Amino acid sequence: MNASSHSRAFAGWGLLRRYARLYGALWRNSVVREMGFKTNFVLWIFVEMLWFALQLAFIAVIYQHTDRIATWSKWQVVMLIGASHFIQQIFTAVFLLNCSNLSELVRTGRLDFLLLLPVNTRFLVSFRQIDLGAFVNAASAVAVIIYAARQLRLDPGILEVLAFLALCVAGVLIHYFLMFLLATICFWTVRAQGIVWGYYNLFTVARLPDGAFRPGVFKAVFTFALPMLLVSNVPVKLLVGMLESPLEIALLLGMACVCFVVSEAGWRASVRQYTSAGS
Amino acid sequence: MNKYWHVVGVGIQNTLVYRVNFLFRACFALIPLMATIYLWRAIFASNADSPRIAGYSLATMTSYYLLATVVDALTAVAEDDWQIAADIKDGRISQFLLKPIDYLAYRLCLFGAGRIIYTAVAALPVILFIVVQRSHFVLPSDGLTLALFLASTVLTALLQFLMSYTIALLAFWVLEVSTFIFILFAFEYIAGGHLFPLDILPSALAQALSYTPFPYQLYFPVSIYLGRITGDELWRGLLIQSFWVVALYGLARFAWDRGIRRYAAVGG
Repeated sequence: MNASSHSRAFAGWGLLRRYARLYGALWRNSVVREMGFKTNFVLWIFVEMLWFALQLAFIAVIYQHTDRIATWSKWQVVMLIGASHFIQQIFTAVFLLNCSNLSELVRTGRLDFLLLLPVNTRFLVSFRQIDLGAFVNAASAVAVIIYAARQLRLDPGILEVLAFLALCVAGVLIHYFLMFLLATICFWTVRAQGIVWGYYNLFTVARLPDGAFRPGVFKAVFTFALPMLLVSNVPVKLLVGMLESPLEIALLLGMACVCFVVSEAGWRASVRQYTSAGS
Repeated sequence: MNKYWHVVGVGIQNTLVYRVNFLFRACFALIPLMATIYLWRAIFASNADSPRIAGYSLATMTSYYLLATVVDALTAVAEDDWQIAADIKDGRISQFLLKPIDYLAYRLCLFGAGRIIYTAVAALPVILFIVVQRSHFVLPSDGLTLALFLASTVLTALLQFLMSYTIALLAFWVLEVSTFIFILFAFEYIAGGHLFPLDILPSALAQALSYTPFPYQLYFPVSIYLGRITGDELWRGLLIQSFWVVALYGLARFAWDRGIRRYAAVGG
């Protein structure tokens, strides 16, 4: 290793530390903000739990009338609901507010200020705010996953658990890449808020067992274009041993990479044609 | 009366601005609908030996969700509750206290205008989707059923509106009503029959729900259309639905009277 690559590695490490410190500051900021509205904070957690319970109730009712949905048994689907809720809540905690606020930054022209800071703008825009309540809800999802695993008499090793978590992270990132791409539409038309919330409908698809969908347009779109049927299905199938081939894991990771490339290209094209607003 | 027709006109013009937004919303909403229909298809396929599940054939089950979408487009409250809460919080209702306009009637006119525009915009994607699914779409058994379905849908719209209106009036007492709106929405979603037809529930549970207003916010009109509620049960249901409309109207008036006493016209 020569001197210059050595110093470059050193600079890279310094950059990482700088961004970590920055993220720490943003975290503290969010905690202070949330604690200003404590009742509201608790009420929102309650609302999310209510909706989660509702999804589980739906499954309970369905399995009163059937033993299987395609090859999926009741507790496997419960685990799927848990996993997709976990992924959705981690996504909400880290990214959701930031994605939905982007249109406001553009509309008011406050993005100017962020563009001027000596920090990667996408980093700032994506990580500005953290939704702490969502972490509590993610914990409730973990409880459901563990309970379902008990019912299925699963006993995963540490490696399997780590692989499951890694795939969940890939799922979170896919949601982020796609919703961020949708949010950048606000650079082209002022009212993009509705479009971002429209993404919520896709979470519904991510909750369903992929076996329920026969090959066709719907399945193709939600596997290869908007990979909702991979996001939570693949990690759960890994855990319960339903994977038909390791190719499914490769497909999930591959789609995550594709989504990243498209999302970044969309962001760059959008920023390039940004012409501030107001004063 | 004339002034309220004017409000409807203004409301229509105001909501026309959001027509593209409405179109997006209507199209996006077809995704979970499609997913649910596929899910039920898979369930029926997994139980090939019994063509009916809890009395539903695949066609009636599919029709249930399609009709729920139609009734929802016709009757669901969209932005009204948020706007009412904001009107109160920002002190904008002061002007209604000075003018000879009744706020509830005013909001009802705006709600009606919003539904007209939303239905007109959503009609295209929803009808297209129903045409695609036509092999699983059942028609009402006769004209009377259709008429009663429509009458019940009007009552549903009133019920939806009055319930959201009352919840939004909580803004007189608390600063942030959005959580309450979402909690109410969650109950409407499951107990109203958005997720599944209520008569696939264990009968004790379905019976218990029938004492709440929620089934009359969606499930009831759809079941009339599908012919799952007939005869005496139907007429009794319509009576109960009307009762809930009147009861919620009374509650809304009561909440308004109490709220207005606390009202401080912040910023107004």
